[in-house]
Amino acid sequence: MKLRLTLFGLGICGLVALYGTVIAHMPGPGKMHSPYSRAINKLCVPQRHVTDAVTAVNFDYRGFDTLGEEFILFASVMGTLVLLREAAENKGPLSGDSASEPRNVRPTEAVRVTALALVGPTVVFGVYVVTHGQLTPGGGFQGGVVLATAPLLVYLADDFKTFKRITSHALIEISEAVGGGMYAVIGAIALVLSRPYMTNVLPLAQSGGIASGGIIPLISIATGLEVAAGFVLLLYAFLQKTLAERESS
Amino acid sequence: MTTYAYVVAAWLFAIGLFGIVTSKNLVHMCLCLTVVQASTYLLLTGVGYRPGGTAPIFVNLPAGAPIVDPVVQALMLTDIVVETTVVALMLALTVQIHKKTGNCDPNATTALQG
Repeated sequence: MKLRLTLFGLGICGLVALYGTVIAHMPGPGKMHSPYSRAINKLCVPQRHVTDAVTAVNFDYRGFDTLGEEFILFASVMGTLVLLREAAENKGPLSGDSASEPRNVRPTEAVRVTALALVGPTVVFGVYVVTHGQLTPGGGFQGGVVLATAPLLVYLADDFKTFKRITSHALIEISEAVGGGMYAVIGAIALVLSRPYMTNVLPLAQSGGIASGGIIPLISIATGLEVAAGFVLLLYAFLQKTLAERESS
Repeated sequence: MTTYAYVVAAWLFAIGLFGIVTSKNLVHMCLCLTVVQASTYLLLTGVGYRPGGTAPIFVNLPAGAPIVDPVVQALMLTDIVVETTVVALMLALTVQIHKKTGNCDPNATTALQG
């Protein structure tokens, strides 16, 4: 522990020295805007008909990188499922669907009512954020997370059985795969037309409209599907695991 | 204003790393890693900040208004979501380690076991 702290101290001294030098030589506040940001701020409306520059960067200018990030998300969700599934199988029949629900603490009425009242607005808001990423702040990543909180609210209001009933496990797994695959396939459509990967092949439409941006809203929806399904799968795996632990103890 | 953000970013990085170095629990370690990662969010959005700048949403913007850098913001938002799932993966690993060895102390799980 002592050696580790010494190494940490040395590292921090080095960091402070180097980082301090860098900060001292940085241009002052406001003078530092990269040529990329200027170009994108100037071009994203005339070139892509998209009013939210962040979405244009995410799903178009930097779309190939985002595809890679999406596969990181996909891989870690799969990894979590594999790790926790094995644990569940070792438990034997206890973790099966027929196992009774050992929930000692019922949520109070106030929690139940508030959580259930929030489910509908959460779903609507999530769908809105996913589909309007090209116009206002939002897009697949943010909206997907909002959508995934809806089943969690149901769990909060009731129990895991209800959570399982409203989220078909097979359907969620398929959604996760389709969301990830759809992104890659939309990008590949341009290849068929012998154009570079992820080139826009759809009409760009009137900027400010819901269909503006060509393939950007489609990619956003694919991402939203994958993120939402991924988070619900994570919730499912952890809740299942927790309940199996509780049963065996 | 921007310099202040850089200093806070360095502080977050240092305190998170200190947490990882001295951690006695793997769950605590995972959360310290998210603190370290929060420093990158702050640093990059600080780099993209412009005084008086508005969000890069081009609806009814006055001409010539300063606009913050959209590139770093796009980097951040994908990273935040991906980070959450990676933390879930690490917590799942923690669950497995606890099951195999009976404790969550990173110092007790140094050797690789097949």
